[in-house]
Order: sequence, then structure tokens, then C-alpha cells
Amino acid sequence: MPMFLNEDQAMLRDSAREFLKTEAPVSHMRKLRDEGCKDGFRHALWKQFGEMGFTGILIGEDDGGLGLGHVEAGVVLEEIGRNLSPSPFLTTAVAGVSALNHGGQHLKDKFFPGILAGETVLALAIDEHAKHRPAQIATKAEKSGNGFRLSGKKQFVVQGASADALIVAARTAGAPGETDGITLFVVDKDAANLSIDNTRLVDSSMAAHVTLDGVEVDGDAVIGDVDNGWQVLSALLKAGRAGSAAELVGVGSGAMDMTVDYLKQRKQFGRLIGEFQALQHRAAHLYSEMEIARAAVLKAQQLLDEGQDSADIFVSVAKAKAGRSANLAVREGVQMHGGIGMTDEYDIGFYMKRDRALNEFMGDANFHAGRVAEIFGY
Amino acid sequence: MSDLDQFRTEVRAWLEENCPAEMREPVRGDDDVCWGGRNWQFKNEAQKLWLERCVAKGYTVPDWPKPYGGAGLSAAETKILRQEMARIGARPPLSSFGIWMLGPALLHFGTEEQKVHYLNQIARGEIRWCQGYSEPGSGSDLVSLQTYGEDKGDHWVVNGQKIWTSYADKCDWIFCLVRTDKTNKYQGISFLLFDMETPGVTTKPIKLISGNSPFCETFFDNVVVPKHQIVGELNRGWDVAKYLLGHEREMISGGGLGDGAPSLGAQLKNSIGTNGLGQLDDGILRAELAQFDVDALAFKAMAERFGDEMKAGKGHPAQPNMMKYAGTELNKRRHELVMAGNGSDALEWESEASKGGAKARNWLRTKANSIEGGTSEVMLNVISKRILDLPGA
Ligand SMILES: Cc1cc2nc3c(=O)[nH]c(=O)nc-3n(C[C@H](O)[C@H](O)[C@H](O)COP(=O)(O)OP(=O)(O)OC[C@H]3O[C@@H](n4cnc5c(N)ncnc54)[C@H](O)[C@@H]3O)c2cc1C
Ligand SMILES: Cc1cc2nc3c(=O)[nH]c(=O)nc-3n(C[C@H](O)[C@H](O)[C@H](O)COP(=O)(O)OP(=O)(O)OC[C@H]3O[C@@H](n4cnc5c(N)ncnc54)[C@H](O)[C@@H]3O)c2cc1C
Repeated sequence: MPMFLNEDQAMLRDSAREFLKTEAPVSHMRKLRDEGCKDGFRHALWKQFGEMGFTGILIGEDDGGLGLGHVEAGVVLEEIGRNLSPSPFLTTAVAGVSALNHGGQHLKDKFFPGILAGETVLALAIDEHAKHRPAQIATKAEKSGNGFRLSGKKQFVVQGASADALIVAARTAGAPGETDGITLFVVDKDAANLSIDNTRLVDSSMAAHVTLDGVEVDGDAVIGDVDNGWQVLSALLKAGRAGSAAELVGVGSGAMDMTVDYLKQRKQFGRLIGEFQALQHRAAHLYSEMEIARAAVLKAQQLLDEGQDSADIFVSVAKAKAGRSANLAVREGVQMHGGIGMTDEYDIGFYMKRDRALNEFMGDANFHAGRVAEIFGY
Repeated sequence: MSDLDQFRTEVRAWLEENCPAEMREPVRGDDDVCWGGRNWQFKNEAQKLWLERCVAKGYTVPDWPKPYGGAGLSAAETKILRQEMARIGARPPLSSFGIWMLGPALLHFGTEEQKVHYLNQIARGEIRWCQGYSEPGSGSDLVSLQTYGEDKGDHWVVNGQKIWTSYADKCDWIFCLVRTDKTNKYQGISFLLFDMETPGVTTKPIKLISGNSPFCETFFDNVVVPKHQIVGELNRGWDVAKYLLGHEREMISGGGLGDGAPSLGAQLKNSIGTNGLGQLDDGILRAELAQFDVDALAFKAMAERFGDEMKAGKGHPAQPNMMKYAGTELNKRRHELVMAGNGSDALEWESEASKGGAKARNWLRTKANSIEGGTSEVMLNVISKRILDLPGA
């Protein structure tokens, strides 16, 4: 596969770009923030995502989707990142769908129609600590009748309070630290003994602390095989990590574009500040880093779509590289704007906040660099 | 026992007796800072008591002469007082732009009358000052400022706009750069002092990305400033302004010293998690933190060296620029690491557990450190020019 977008993918990018720029630009996010929107996104926008076909990108054609891949999902995510558009796309249509694709037909039949329509929202209940350590999962799932009883605490459950169902990673066997013995479940939001505590994050997105205090689910709620959930979880995480990497590229590019524009407008010392080589070189360096990050992300997406084993390491390369590059973009962005960059009224700060949250999501750049070392065996 | 040892013993005993327990708690945010001023509301009785006791002793400005409200301490004694305060974690009794910025400038350029009047007010926390330097078109290129003071015999009439004026809406007086000669760029600026309640002064708060509103747009519409409220000579305010900036930069660089805890990595152990060996379970983050601790301890040594050299009149006069650059970049890095170390807990913006997003808000606030008081780029330009003597810089 050539390392650039093919014609169809480029068309998709153009329509996603146009759609998000029009329907959900940064001012849309600002409005939701100012209103204190409890969901952190607009359901009406999610419906439009469905109408555009975006929500079906990773759903197979047999199930009514487009049967496309991670490259296409990433194309949409990069535009989401650029516009800071709040939506459940990453958690529901990318990571959630990737998990459900490993589940039985009954789960697909239950959730895919609603996702295709831009109605159903899924949230991911994986992390249990401040840092992403998926192998450390301790939430228990004990056999109970023909189903399971789940107990534990989850955090950083993005859009947990507006989700129709949660995908919960729990332990049916083994001990924290082991990858064997994990099982994935779909838990209905109305389940008894489930409490969801909604909280706003720095980027104005909403995430929840979730407590499972003996939540009963039946055997149908299992995604994939009991005790073998690591495989499903890995699919979910790869999709979510490659996806958040793509969104980070969008965030970094958006911040970079704003900054380069500003260098061409702001005058000090009788010159445009973009004439100062100290800033030119840093902008040029940032450009290089963003281009390399975008390539790493595309490589990861292509390998995922080809089903290659090497996708695993490249997903971590992508998340780490995109995380570092976008972080550079937002830090340089605020700094090169000077005082105005520190103001709430100006948008660059939103990019810095979104970068922070996305970097943390599903493992930060350090975590993924560590994974690269692990995979290489050193 | 030497005189200094004797002094240390006395200071230690005085602090033990006079610093209230609440004033030995770490400063968690702007809310714990005592800024003073006409409208100051003490946060609690301890804050009031601590200020009053220090004022009586001259310890709000220990190295200023006694007639101006200080304690007249030598450099060595001042250092001992600071060390002893740090030892028990005593909060500064009073924080203000008057102490850090205007005071040193007045000590150097003010008339005797000005010193007695303004410095005592500052030392006692009676008047809170703000800084009117930056304008919309004049940030890094400060000398291009346009706010104009028209000569009307015994007073000036000032018109123009300042921006990013920290706490302008809460301050009593402003030290302000005003153009008094339009034909001369550097030697056409005067350093004026005036009351923020003077008719024609208005402020409009600007919200920061941290969600707080500590700075303002400040407008002057025919503001009358009597002639005796000038510091230094007419049209030579740039000299005062630059001298003051040196002190401001020194003060801001202090952010690089953190909260006094010896190691950032050790502080983050619990939130990150450890392996069987007690090491952080993220080897890359551990390496980053170790590198940070190295740089932070080295910077601390530099800050001590800088302080001692400056007091002894030995340092390069442009050295505060280096300190500001290094200290602020370090502080920004510290807060990036605090965010990384506290993971998704630190992302919370409003929750009680996160104390209303304290970590995230502090992290965002530090991004201004390398902008306020002159940007990092300006610091590097000054080092290139004044210390390295690079051509064309
Ligand atoms: C191992 C090696 C092999 C080489 N092989 C060949 C060869 O086969 N054929 C050949 O013709 N040449 C060759 N060169 C020479 C090489 O192309 C030059 O060294 C190079 O172009 C830099 O020129 P200079 O050495 O005169 O350095 P200068 O141009 O004097 O540069 C000195 C420093 O100033 C910086 N600088 C210069 N201009 C600017 C600017 N506008 N803005 C910011 N910084 C600036 C440079 O980046 C550099 O850091 C080789 C050099 C090396 C080291
Ligand atoms: C939180 C905060 C509090 C502040 N408080 C006060 C206050 O109380 N009183 C007051 O007067 N001011 C205050 N300021 C203003 C501050 O001093 C200015 O923001 C600062 O000097 C930069 O000016 P500017 O914002 O106009 O940025 P600009 O000067 O427009 O700079 C934009 C970018 O260009 C870069 N740049 C500019 N010139 C050059 C050059 N020659 N070479 C390389 N790069 C260059 C800058 O470094 C920066 O990255 C405050 C600012 C902040 C953020």
C-alpha cells in the first residue's frame, strides 16, 4: 500500500474536513463548554456522524457498515482533532466497534444498528488507576448463575455518563499483572449496582468514575471468550491508540496552523515575528515533527488494516510519536503567541488542554515508548 | 558563637514563637497568598497575625533599611532569615509587586521623600501595586509603547491603554510607563506612579486559560498625574523600567525552585505506581523525572550562587535574564511532569478530589512564566547580546 491516501480516502478526508469545519468547529466546543454541557457532546452532531456514514467505517458490510479500515477512521479523527470537535466517535465507532467485531452476532445485532444511526454511545471502562496499566486490571467478575457478577472501580471512562452501555474489562481468573484471565463484558447503563459519577476534564470533555458493586450480567454480555479477553482488549486498545494518535495529529496540526498564521500577522520591533529566525527554525522543526508523526500514524493504521503482527509495535510508535509531536505543537503554540496565547478568549489554549487529555488516553508517550522497548525485548 | 550564629539562634526562636501553625502549611494556590492593599480581606486570623508581627519586625522586607519599613538586615542575615523560614515552611507574610519590583526601583531611583512614603506603605502591605508596562502593540518590543502623558505644567494628562496588567482590578496604585516625548524612543518615556482610583482609569478583566482572571486591560482616559509622582528623571523612565525588570525576572525565576520538596520523582511515587524493587513502574517516566531532579538541584545551586554574587555586586548585570529563562523553563517542565505523574486524576477540572482541578490549573498557569516579565525568546536575545556580545543580536 502506498504511504499516502488513495483517491477514496482523500475524498473521505475532504468531506470530513468540510463537515467538521462547518458543523463542529472550535467555536462549537467552546459553546458546549460555556453551557456546561453535561454530556460533553451534542447528540444531534452524533446523529449527523451517522448520516455521513462515519459511524459505520469499521462495521462490516454484512452488518450494514462500510467495511472500511483504520486509515479511514483516522482520516475522520484527524479532522476531529483539528476542530476539537467533541463526539463519541473514538470510543464508540472506533474502539468500541473494534471490540464488538470480536463478539458474537447477537452483540453486533444489538448495538451496530444504533451506532450506524448515530444514536448509540458506548464507553470504555478499562483504567483503574491514574495511569493506564491495562494488565493490572483487578475488577473481579465472578461466576453467578449462568452469568457473572462484577465488582470493582474504573476511572477515566470517557462519556461514561452519556453511554448506553459500557465495555468493561474485568478479571475472571489470574491476578493483576497477568494478561490471561481477563474477560470483556458489555454492561447496560441501567444495570443495578452500577454507579456512574460524571466529572469534567481539563479539555471540557466528560469522563466518569464507575463503581461496579456486584453488577449482574448474563453470559450473553461476554465479548469473545471468557478468560481470553486480552485478545479482544488488545483489538480495542490498538484501535483506540491508533485512533487517538490520529486525533493528536489533528490537534497538533491545528495548533501549528494557528501558530504559523500568527507568525505571519503579529508585528513587534517593526517586523512580523515570523521574520525572526529563532521562531522560524522552531516552526520548521515543528513541521518536521508533525510530518513524521503523521507518517507513523498512517503506517500503524495500514498495518492494522492489513492484519500484520507488526501493527502492535507500530501502534505504540504512532501513539508515542504523535503524543510528543502534538505536545510540542501546543507548547510552542502558546509560547509563540505570547500573552494572547494565555487567554481563554483565544483558541490555542483549548488545543493545549485537548492534547493533555488525549496524550493520557490509553497510555501516554512514555508508556508507549516503554512498550516499544518491551516488544524489542530490552 | 559568631554574630551570625547568634542571629540564627534569635531568628529561629522568634519564628518558633511568632509564626502561626497555619502559616507553615504549603501555599496551595493564589488563595493562600497574602497580597495586602486597601481592600485586602485576610483569609484567616493567622494570615493577619503573621503579617502584623512581621511588619512590626521589618520582616516583610528584611533587607530594606529601617526608615523605609525594613529590618536593615545584611545580605548574610537576610539569607539566614530565609533559610530559617524555609526550614519551618513559613509562608511569606506578604507578597507584592511593591516588594519584588517597585521597591528595589525606588530604593535606587526614588527621592528620599518618595522612599519614606511609598516604601513604608509597601512594607506594611497597605498599598497594592500593579505594573503598567505592556500594551497591545508593545509586548516584547516594550520601548515602542504609545500611552501618552501630555505636559500640563504641574501635571500630566495620561491617555492610552495597557494590557495584561496583572491584578489591575484589585490594585490600589500602578507604576506605569508613559511616553512623555514622542520624538525620542528610548529617552522619551517616564516612569509614573498613580492611584487606580484616579478619574479616567478603568480596568477590564481578561480570563486566563486556567479559568482565573488575574489580569486586565487597563484604560486611561485623561488621567491627571501630578508631577511629583515621577520616579527618576523626566524622559529617563526606561532606565527605571529596565532596572525594575531585572528584579522582576529574578523574582519569576524563583518559580524554578519549586515548593522546596527535594525530589519531584519521590513525590509522584504513589500516583505512578512502583514495581517490586520500589522503582517507578514506568522506566521512561522515571528517567525523565531523574533528569528533572538533576536539573532542579543544579538550578537550586545556581540560584544560591546567583543570589550571593548579586548581593556581593559580582554577577553579570544581565544574569537575571539567564535565571529567568532557566527557572521558568524548568518550572514548566516540572508541571508537565506533575500532570504526567498524576495521570487521569490530574485531568479533572472541577471535582472535589482534584480540589477543583488545582493541578491542571497550576500547570496551565505556568505556561505564562516564560511569557510574563519578558519572554524566553527575549531572554535569549538579551543573553546573546549583552553577555555573549554576539554581532547583530
Ligand atoms: C564530513 C563532511 C563531508 C563533506 N563533503 C563535502 C563534499 O563532498 N563536497 C562539498 O562541496 N562540500 C562538502 N562538505 C562541506 C559542507 O557542505 C559544508 O561544510 C557545509 O555546507 C557548511 O559550510 P561551512 O562548513 O562553510 O559552514 P558555515 O556555512 O560557515 O556554517 C557554520 C555554522 O553556521 C550556521 N549557519 C550558516 N548560515 C546560517 C544561516 N543563514 N542561519 C542559521 N545558521 C547558519 C551553519 O548551520 C553552521 O552551524 C562536507 C562537510 C563535511 C563535514
Ligand atoms: C500571566 C501574565 C501576566 C502578565 N502581567 C503583566 C503585568 O502585570 N504588567 C505588564 O505590563 N505586562 C504583563 N504581562 C505581559 C507580558 O510582559 C507580555 O505578554 C510579554 O512581554 C510578551 O509580549 P506580547 O504578549 O505582546 O507577545 P509578543 O511580543 O507579541 O511575542 C509573541 C511571540 O514572539 C516572540 N518574539 C517577539 N519578539 C521576538 C524577537 N525579537 N526574537 C524572537 N522572538 C520574538 C515572543 O517571544 C513570543 O513568543 C503579563 C503576561 C502574562 C502572560
